[in-house]
Amino acid sequence: MATAPQLTATASGDVLELRPAGSWTAANVATLEPLASAVTAQLDRSKTLRLDMAGVRELDTLGAWLLEKMSRRAISAGHRADVVGIADDYAGLIDEVRQVNRHNPAPAPAPNAVVVNVGEIGRSAIGATDDVAAFLQMLGSLFLTIFGVLRRPRSLRLTSLFYQLHRVGWQAIPIVVLITFLIGAIIAQQGIFHFRKFGADSYVVDMVGILVLRELGVLIVAIMVAGRSGSAYTAELGSMKMREEIDALSTMGLDPVEVLILPRVIALVCALPILTFIGSMAALYGGGLVAWFYGGMGPAIFIARLHDAVSVTSFEVGMINAPFMALVIGIVACSEGLRVKGSAESLGKRTTTSVVKSIFLVIVLDGLFAIFFASIGM
Amino acid sequence: MPEVTPQFAIRVKELVVGFGTHVVIDHLSLDVRRGEILGLVGASGGGKSVLMRTIIGLIPRQSGEIEVMDSAIDGSRDRVTRNVAGRWGILFQQGALFSSLTVRQNIQFPLRENLVLSDALMDEIATAKLEMVGLKPEDGDKFPSELSGGMTKRVALARALALDPAIVFLDEPTSGLDPIAAGDFDVLIKTLQKTLGLTVFMVTHDLASLNTVCDRVAALADGKIVAIGPMRDLLQSEHPWVRAYFHGKRSLMLQPKAS
Repeated sequence: MATAPQLTATASGDVLELRPAGSWTAANVATLEPLASAVTAQLDRSKTLRLDMAGVRELDTLGAWLLEKMSRRAISAGHRADVVGIADDYAGLIDEVRQVNRHNPAPAPAPNAVVVNVGEIGRSAIGATDDVAAFLQMLGSLFLTIFGVLRRPRSLRLTSLFYQLHRVGWQAIPIVVLITFLIGAIIAQQGIFHFRKFGADSYVVDMVGILVLRELGVLIVAIMVAGRSGSAYTAELGSMKMREEIDALSTMGLDPVEVLILPRVIALVCALPILTFIGSMAALYGGGLVAWFYGGMGPAIFIARLHDAVSVTSFEVGMINAPFMALVIGIVACSEGLRVKGSAESLGKRTTTSVVKSIFLVIVLDGLFAIFFASIGM
Repeated sequence: MPEVTPQFAIRVKELVVGFGTHVVIDHLSLDVRRGEILGLVGASGGGKSVLMRTIIGLIPRQSGEIEVMDSAIDGSRDRVTRNVAGRWGILFQQGALFSSLTVRQNIQFPLRENLVLSDALMDEIATAKLEMVGLKPEDGDKFPSELSGGMTKRVALARALALDPAIVFLDEPTSGLDPIAAGDFDVLIKTLQKTLGLTVFMVTHDLASLNTVCDRVAALADGKIVAIGPMRDLLQSEHPWVRAYFHGKRSLMLQPKAS
């Protein structure tokens, strides 16, 4: 049904006669574009253009536009252009195409590269203060809501709280156990391998115990929770924002912070210490297994050495960290979620920002706590 | 010289579509003639959108045959279906514009994916389409989130028309528009249908557009087409649902015009 498009050009004196034929449709654009550009030189030379469209079998907007461009080029150079032989079927289309692309807006002037870069720096500086403001605002409204809940305990959404606890706590246990178990095992293996060189392999128990309980246990669990639950919070709240569900809540006189955010943050604050405890135990278990099978240190000796090596303080230091990290993750995730705008791209961007920022803040917080506990002698 | 073209743009025979045990489309047959504007009416949740989505291959069917421009439609991933996909354009109810692309990029997307052409020509075609749907070339640099409801529909229509398809499917094109914008959109559909020689398959609840734009109207009830024909035939239909639809309180305003 479709025939290959052709363009026959016959020049006689000052008159150029163009006879397009075949299917001038979008499907053939790969052939059409070179055909059309091949005649531009001839087009500029001749005084009169005669465009005979009798041979055109099929025509669509693209083909009509290419032909229109030829006659427009001739006219704008002050030449004559006659278009003849238009089939009735296509007259309307050709009339329509004559109207388009008449007044192209002048392209915006290219901005100065230096100005753009400086502007970018300024914008990200302002963006950073916005981030701090958003964080503080969320922290503040969270505490206001908590005071409200303390005055009226019935306004705490218990169902939602337990559902979120189930999601971020209970359902996270398998992956947390698996990862921390492996981390504990790896630390023990590396410790034994390197300590053995100077006969200190029994000190691997001290290293695994202190490292896991004080720092690594809580840090790894917090990073995993930020990636697993923080991202989910941002995406959920973001898509609720996009679909105006949060606006709907507000119009019903409900506070989105109380209904949506408080249960989520409380769930995280409750779940993270529990997960940290479980994760630390799994890591010690992994370290113990490696010490037994790879280092030849039986469980009884491992436990006895562990008893000497770690104090309750190490454990406390790790556990005190956990709720604060949960608070940071929750606040970052929820405030990023509320900052989602209309597009799908913005949702993705906010989710990424939420995870990256919470992991960064968790590590910074861990460092600050480490300095703090060291200076008070814990 | 026109080619020998098929008489029907879409032929649906004995189509059955259901989800689990719930049958939505029950042995439905429908022919859409080439170059006509067919309006499809039916109860909310009665399967209008399901029928449209089945024809374009988004929903699998249980039995029956669908032919679009003389080629059978099997399923969305089928190669034949994808070839036909270049011959139809779809205007989704919410526009379904790609939110991360500008208006111009949205219109260029089908061109860029399906054809080999220069960027300059692509820009010109996109601007041409924009102007054909009644927007200004400057609107091309906006993002979908910056558009009003009427503009979104127009841009979505421009994207649906990017490849100059033979058939356009419109899912409630005037829903959510004010009467003036809806009227303008009706006129636009009619004009474009004439200039581009389109076949239009339109799912709508808008009685005014049914009355002014559609050449024929099909009524879908109980999973079947219970009445089909020009608007005045449907107004005289005896089917209880069709009577209730066109002679209900909200439809009374139509009566003087239609008689």
